[in-house]
Amino acid sequence: MGFFNYVMRRFALALPTLFGVSVICFTLTYLLPGNPAMVKAGPFATPEHLAEMEHQMGLDRPFPEQYYRYVSGIFKGDLGESASTGRPVSQDFLQRLPATLELNLASLLIAIVIGLPLGVLSAVHRDTLIDHIGRVVGIMGVAMPSFLTGLLFVYVFFYMLNLAPSPLGRLGPGIEPPAHITGLYVIDSLLTGNWTTLRSSLNQLMLPAATLGLSAIAPVARMVRSTMLEILESDYIKAAWAAGLPRRTVIYRDALRNALIPVITISGIVFGFLMAGNAVVESVFSWPGIGNYAVTALLTKDSAPIQSFILFVAVTCVMVNLAVDIAYGLVDPRIRFS
Amino acid sequence: MSSSLSISSSISQPAASSLVWQRLQRNPVSFAALCVIVLIAAAAISAPIVAPYAPDATDPAASLQPPSWHHALGTDEFGRDQLSRIIFAARVDLLVAFAATFVAVSIGGLLGAVVGYSRGWTDTIAMRIVDALMAFPAFVLAMGITAGLGNSTTNVAIAISITQIPAYLRLTRGEMLRLREMEYADAARTVGNPTWRIVLIHLLPNCLPPLIVQATLSTGFALLTMASLSFIGLGIQPPQSEWGVMTAEGASQIVTGEWWLFLFPGLAIMTSVLAFNLIGDGLRDLLDPRMRGLR
Amino acid sequence: MTELLEISDLTVHFEINQGAIEAVDHINLTIRRGEVLGLVGESGSGKSVTSFAILRLIRPPGRVSGSVHFDGVDLGRLSEEEMRRMRGAKIAMVSQTPRTALNPLLTVGKQISRLLMVHAGLSPREADKKMLEMLRLVRIPAPEKRAKQYPHQLSGGMCQRIMIAMALATSPQLLLADEPTTGLDVSIAAKILDLLRELSAKTGAAIMLVTHDLGVVAEICDRVAVMHAGQVVECAPVRELFHNPAHPYTKALVRSIPRVDRDVVLEPIPGSVPSLVNPPSGCRYAGRCEWVMDRCRVARPTMIEAGPGHVVACYGFEERRGTC
Repeated sequence: MGFFNYVMRRFALALPTLFGVSVICFTLTYLLPGNPAMVKAGPFATPEHLAEMEHQMGLDRPFPEQYYRYVSGIFKGDLGESASTGRPVSQDFLQRLPATLELNLASLLIAIVIGLPLGVLSAVHRDTLIDHIGRVVGIMGVAMPSFLTGLLFVYVFFYMLNLAPSPLGRLGPGIEPPAHITGLYVIDSLLTGNWTTLRSSLNQLMLPAATLGLSAIAPVARMVRSTMLEILESDYIKAAWAAGLPRRTVIYRDALRNALIPVITISGIVFGFLMAGNAVVESVFSWPGIGNYAVTALLTKDSAPIQSFILFVAVTCVMVNLAVDIAYGLVDPRIRFS
Repeated sequence: MSSSLSISSSISQPAASSLVWQRLQRNPVSFAALCVIVLIAAAAISAPIVAPYAPDATDPAASLQPPSWHHALGTDEFGRDQLSRIIFAARVDLLVAFAATFVAVSIGGLLGAVVGYSRGWTDTIAMRIVDALMAFPAFVLAMGITAGLGNSTTNVAIAISITQIPAYLRLTRGEMLRLREMEYADAARTVGNPTWRIVLIHLLPNCLPPLIVQATLSTGFALLTMASLSFIGLGIQPPQSEWGVMTAEGASQIVTGEWWLFLFPGLAIMTSVLAFNLIGDGLRDLLDPRMRGLR
Repeated sequence: MTELLEISDLTVHFEINQGAIEAVDHINLTIRRGEVLGLVGESGSGKSVTSFAILRLIRPPGRVSGSVHFDGVDLGRLSEEEMRRMRGAKIAMVSQTPRTALNPLLTVGKQISRLLMVHAGLSPREADKKMLEMLRLVRIPAPEKRAKQYPHQLSGGMCQRIMIAMALATSPQLLLADEPTTGLDVSIAAKILDLLRELSAKTGAAIMLVTHDLGVVAEICDRVAVMHAGQVVECAPVRELFHNPAHPYTKALVRSIPRVDRDVVLEPIPGSVPSLVNPPSGCRYAGRCEWVMDRCRVARPTMIEAGPGHVVACYGFEERRGTC
């Protein structure tokens, strides 16, 4: 019961934020170049035709009414039409979403697999060599633009060492995509036992995922380190030492388990981080995800995909944070039973 | 009066300058970082004198040359000197980073002070808007705003400012909520100071240390955002020199092995951002001992 | 037969920027089997640090010197692993902050039974059985139900009972109880003290009770050591200490106990515990002492006999005894 209330309260808190997000996105729509009526009417439309089109699309209605239409459109899955592909943005989006998802998940995995131990070790071995290494990695990771990391990877692993394939898309030339199950090539080819495709997709994924993941290692490691330090100083850890529990138990069971709760929050923040980074990384590696889609749209001044991308990212971030709060409640008995 | 002037005048006093000097010496890394930024800024200001070539001087005979005595950082496909372009580009990059941060600190700080002091419904509404703005990853929001306002250097600066205002607003508001309950705030109220005076003269200066720390750190972030925006083709347009644009131009040469074209402008970005972060860390230790060890 | 615990010349320094904090300065203490020793002093007098030093849990920048013998074994010579097997098993600790000293993510039952698994090598089932026994022993109502609860669901007094159950589960020979009743209601504190006394008698465990409260000492201790600014200034059986305090600090402490049976004016002790950063040589009470003489500020008084089992470190006491 307490937990149900907790979840409901979190939902209620997310609603005003979502409302604010939709208003901001709608305002951006007003700012964005490219009159949708003009797009629909075509380049050779007469002014009368254009006015007629604007009227039809409700662009001459008052602001609140247009906002209402905008939001109800979103709920119906209507994100407008892309001027360059001529298809509904929602369709284009659905087609590209798995690519982004695959990239982000792989990056999150890399960031956590490296960042988590790095953070734990630098906290446990505070002010020793490993802590200093962690600090340098952290500072560099924050300062290094992800496109530079990506380009360095391409130069070293593709051009110099020829270990990685050319940075173009999700599959090597001539490789057929696997049967569509989840849309994530790595998983789909695993499920269908399609080894050639699996190898090619892993090869292609390697560098972009490393690039994006590397940018997220620093925040993960830093946050893990500071929570871990705080917990190592806590009364119950002191009591655990005094009770003669083995070092492994104290650090990796008691301390780490308590530190993992904040880490759930961290992964929410990191997800937002990855979402922001994937536009750049996808364009470096011509990765056919929604970030690349938005960047291409930016260059052709195609407004609907850009708006949708921004809205999508913000809504996803709000939702991920909500999910994180709920997961928090599941893990922490202090919330579960209160 | 700009704040930089008042700082330099205080340094001319022996006591203050020796104190700053003492404290800086205790943190050699931050001091070195400060030197790097001063160096880059000096090079940017005196670019026409320092740069060996004009940034747009083409030389078809010397196209795509690797680093050499004549061209320390190599040349691009039009034979333009990379070093000169990077020096000139620093002007845009630093200017936008500083300007965007300055505007964001001013607006965010003032608004935060006002809503934090007045509380009530203005505060509630302001915080809701801040929450909504902070739901967007800063880079994505900056992308949207730049796309909306149109491609220009000014618009990039505006976009970056807007994405940074919420953080300053929240920070100042929090400080203000704390400070308004302090005894000296009561004292200022008791002697009949008008509200604006209490906020601006008595309380706001006390919010400055954390604001300055945050501002230094986010100057680096502003630079990074701007370079990333121009890397994907927003904001500054070629042939204007800018580090992100130059890296993007270099990227197309990567498959033929001309590494110097993407690497050096990229390193320029990294070095500057790194320097701003290190200065920010040092300042935090210096100005705000409470925040030590938080990051 | 050797004493249970012999502390000789134990010193704990903390190196900081401004110099060194001498939190514990050359203290000598013995604890006999089965007795309850009170370690009394104002806050900041180094009592808690002493118990952490006994368990070898002082970490850098802290530095420890001197020796601690437990049951004839020099704890300083044990390997880290041997020392770990001592902690919790032979020497257990009850913390000052029961609510925060329990891991918030484990049920209290699990926290007790895992200790039994670690130190006594019990199987999970045996450990659970013994754990419930312990909960009954510390008089926790409905132990089966409580064992499945998390610390935040229990009251402070209940958490302290859990801590005591945890400390005693492995039948230690020595219990270090660090202000076990701070933050508890008076009535609950009294019950906890009774429980400690009773269990110590039942299991034969000695207790070192760290406290700032002489009332608590009077209630359950056999002997008392008085600490001031990191130094032990007096040590005596409890009655002797209350009736014949020898050290001016102890006298002042005794005078500051509120009494209901006699109508006396409470006297606060003048001054406060001196700074422990680079303290001066000599007696650290000199600055607050009514008997202070020149030599007190220069040399440190050594322990002298003041009565049967009663020792004190004070030049003033030496002079006065000599004259009368």
